[in-house]
Amino acid sequence: MLYARRRLVNSIALTVATAAAAFGLVWLIWILGTLFYNGITAINLSIFTEMTPPPGDKGGLLNAIFGSIILTIGATLLSTPIGMLAGTYLAEYGKKGVLAETVRFINDILLSAPSIVVGLFIYEVLVVPMGHFSAWAGIVVLAVIAIPVIVRTTEDMLNLVPNGLREAAAALGTPMWKVIVTIAYRAARNGIITGILLAIARVSGETAPLLFTSLNNQFWSTDFNAPMASLPVTIFQFALSPYDDWQSLAWGGALIITITILILNIVARALATLGSSKG
Amino acid sequence: MANVTLNAAIPAATSTKGRKQQLQDLLFRRSTEFFALCVLLLLGGVIVSLIIGAWPALTTFGFGFVVSEVWNPVTDKFGAWAPIYGTIVTSIIAMILGVPVSFGIAMFITELCPAVLKRPLGIAIELLAGIPSIIYGIWGLFVLAPVLQQTVQPFLIDTIGQAPLIGGLFAGPPYGIGTFTAGIILAIMVLPFITSITRDVFETVPPMLKESAYGLGSTTWEVMWKVVLPYTRVGVIGAVMLGLGRALGETMAVTFVIGNAHRVAQSILAPGTTISATIANEFTEAVGDLYTSSLIALGLILFIITFFILAAAKIMLMRLDRQGKK
Amino acid sequence: MSTAMPESAPTVTITTPGARKPVPGHQEAMAEKVSIRNLNFFYDTHKALKDINLPLYDKKVTAFIGPSGCGKSTLLRVLNRIYDLYPKQRATGEVLLDGQNILSPKQDLNLLRARIGMVFQKPTPFPMSIYDNIAFGIRLYEKLGNAEMDARVEAALRRAALWTEVKDKLKQSGLSLSGGQQQRLCIARGVAVKPSVLLLDEPCSALDPISTSKVEELIDELKTDYCIVIVTHNMQQAARTADFTAFMYLGELVEYGETEQIFTKPAQEQTQQYITGRFG
Repeated sequence: MLYARRRLVNSIALTVATAAAAFGLVWLIWILGTLFYNGITAINLSIFTEMTPPPGDKGGLLNAIFGSIILTIGATLLSTPIGMLAGTYLAEYGKKGVLAETVRFINDILLSAPSIVVGLFIYEVLVVPMGHFSAWAGIVVLAVIAIPVIVRTTEDMLNLVPNGLREAAAALGTPMWKVIVTIAYRAARNGIITGILLAIARVSGETAPLLFTSLNNQFWSTDFNAPMASLPVTIFQFALSPYDDWQSLAWGGALIITITILILNIVARALATLGSSKG
Repeated sequence: MANVTLNAAIPAATSTKGRKQQLQDLLFRRSTEFFALCVLLLLGGVIVSLIIGAWPALTTFGFGFVVSEVWNPVTDKFGAWAPIYGTIVTSIIAMILGVPVSFGIAMFITELCPAVLKRPLGIAIELLAGIPSIIYGIWGLFVLAPVLQQTVQPFLIDTIGQAPLIGGLFAGPPYGIGTFTAGIILAIMVLPFITSITRDVFETVPPMLKESAYGLGSTTWEVMWKVVLPYTRVGVIGAVMLGLGRALGETMAVTFVIGNAHRVAQSILAPGTTISATIANEFTEAVGDLYTSSLIALGLILFIITFFILAAAKIMLMRLDRQGKK
Repeated sequence: MSTAMPESAPTVTITTPGARKPVPGHQEAMAEKVSIRNLNFFYDTHKALKDINLPLYDKKVTAFIGPSGCGKSTLLRVLNRIYDLYPKQRATGEVLLDGQNILSPKQDLNLLRARIGMVFQKPTPFPMSIYDNIAFGIRLYEKLGNAEMDARVEAALRRAALWTEVKDKLKQSGLSLSGGQQQRLCIARGVAVKPSVLLLDEPCSALDPISTSKVEELIDELKTDYCIVIVTHNMQQAARTADFTAFMYLGELVEYGETEQIFTKPAQEQTQQYITGRFG
């Protein structure tokens, strides 16, 4: 009798859990589905060839796409060396030391910190002194968001490199920095690249911090000292507008961003498993 | 006594090559230390710049800033209560809706899922996590809000909205957008996040512990409830708090659907605002130093709240880590 | 520390196939390449090596044997100061290489390690091509033209008896080789830089018997040019390959002498018990 009741409770719980998993999948499918449906109708060649139009007109997203690429590449170039070297310190030199433990703690907090606050920070530190919004500020703010990701993944990947490899290199008379750069980095290469790709995926979707750093730009611009268009901010502006053409472009842009990020994630994942199976 | 095969090319112990290498080693080490310190400096920089930016507002309004509901750019009177209230309420809704589902999914993945489905499901969860928040925002605005407005909200208003005490919470016209909708979107957003951390936490339970419970004839649910959850209790709380930290700081998903009304309405179906939505919507148009400063003060408050929650989460997860290593 | 040769035929009935006997009456002028004097080693506060005094002769193979945890690997790792990579480990005393104390704080570690080669228990090929694995150590301290480098790499691989097996796939990753081949690659890597001393830390323990015998043949050939020190938990291997053997127990050097003498007429009771398998 008691056992029957326990079995019932168990069945209910398991059904609920399965329902939860299905429920989660439902949202994913619903969101991606509407995204594809609404976005695909907006995707045509003109989206890649024409600039963002004034309200009520037809156009494309070329300057926004270009701007996003520039901002993302700039942020990657800035954040990768900083993040990798900091991660190297944590894995190779600091280890369990006080400085290293503190940096790890703070780094993980920065990892999940609200990105809009980072935007305010860069606004205070760059935009105000410069007197205007700029692509530079946008690059820096995205870099600040990317750094904790790269620090974390670099440290984790370097920690996976077996110590025997370092000893073997040291036993040949290799100076420590060379052991790290030519041996450890190489052994952890796939994992580190995965981390960088994940950081890129993360920052390419960021909108809020760009609102007060690179702002937006209706026209084509290659001036880093001026506001620069970006896909997320453009989507923000267009989606909240009452114009159908703008809204359609917003969906198109949203689809482009999502596909890019999904591809980055898939490549990163494939690279990670490639690295681990070779060992 | 020279060894005939000794390589004469290798320099003697006190050569310049040796000193050059030592210098290189020192430079490399110092630069890694420097950039590690930069991480700390970033945090310090954020806090300091926020305080400096918020200073005018803080000194003008004092502590009243936090509890005042007034938000009037014309008279230059600002109060943070409405955004703070909205931030907290949307996050609570997100937690109430999202956490049980996350647990369910994590439990499904670790205990029930057939092995062939495990990886695809895990990947699906991470794909969900990778979708940028602005996508959730526009989806919420164009898809979810109308659906809620036409179906769920009228239903809630007619049922719970009529109940005596809590009825007020679900009252009012079905706007579609509003605090409740924002809470739902946030729930979907933190779902993958909490799920993957909870799943990782569940997997730290030593198989032997579970097997001994199963061996005594426990059902799967009982193992979950009586063995896994107690063992991972600290880590699970850490995961939830991490999700909470994310929800509190989320901007884009919320901004689209919250309605941006600077008031504290009784009904959660009504529009409201959150700290991040306020900043996102008004910052570039803020005229006047006090206005801008008030917005930065909002950012400071948000940062302090999330900092403490994230720090507490980290400490809990570290404790679980240490427990697992024993 | 007895170096006297046995005068009568062995009385202990251990069969050590292929054991090498020094030719009676043959007195080579043996150069003491490394002299270990009053060596103590600490892992944090724990004393792992107690007052070790030991010579290592050039162009000879010396084996360190003993049960697990006796300190033989620890002693080996003092010789190229590889322990210096870890903060809580330190050594006191003197270790003279060609008359110079390598334990001195003024000793440049990288330059020291360039003169002393080490092969580890687990094969550790670098994540690069076979060619680059060998060239890596050479490139650290020498500037060679392509032809010269090719010749050095080939010579090292021939020395390690690996050349015929890899000569057509030099550009392939070192990780693509089998376990035995990887270990020979590591040996080739170690000898490519022409060190004066070669340290081998249980080099065959991860290998199958065929690879093991190939490596042992190698050691026999390399002996003509290097001072070789080998740590092994396999007594038969020590008996097969080494000229001199040091038996260690609990961090102390219990007995040292010519291999023949150690295995047939050990002077210490503990040595006798170990080689007859009473413990360890």
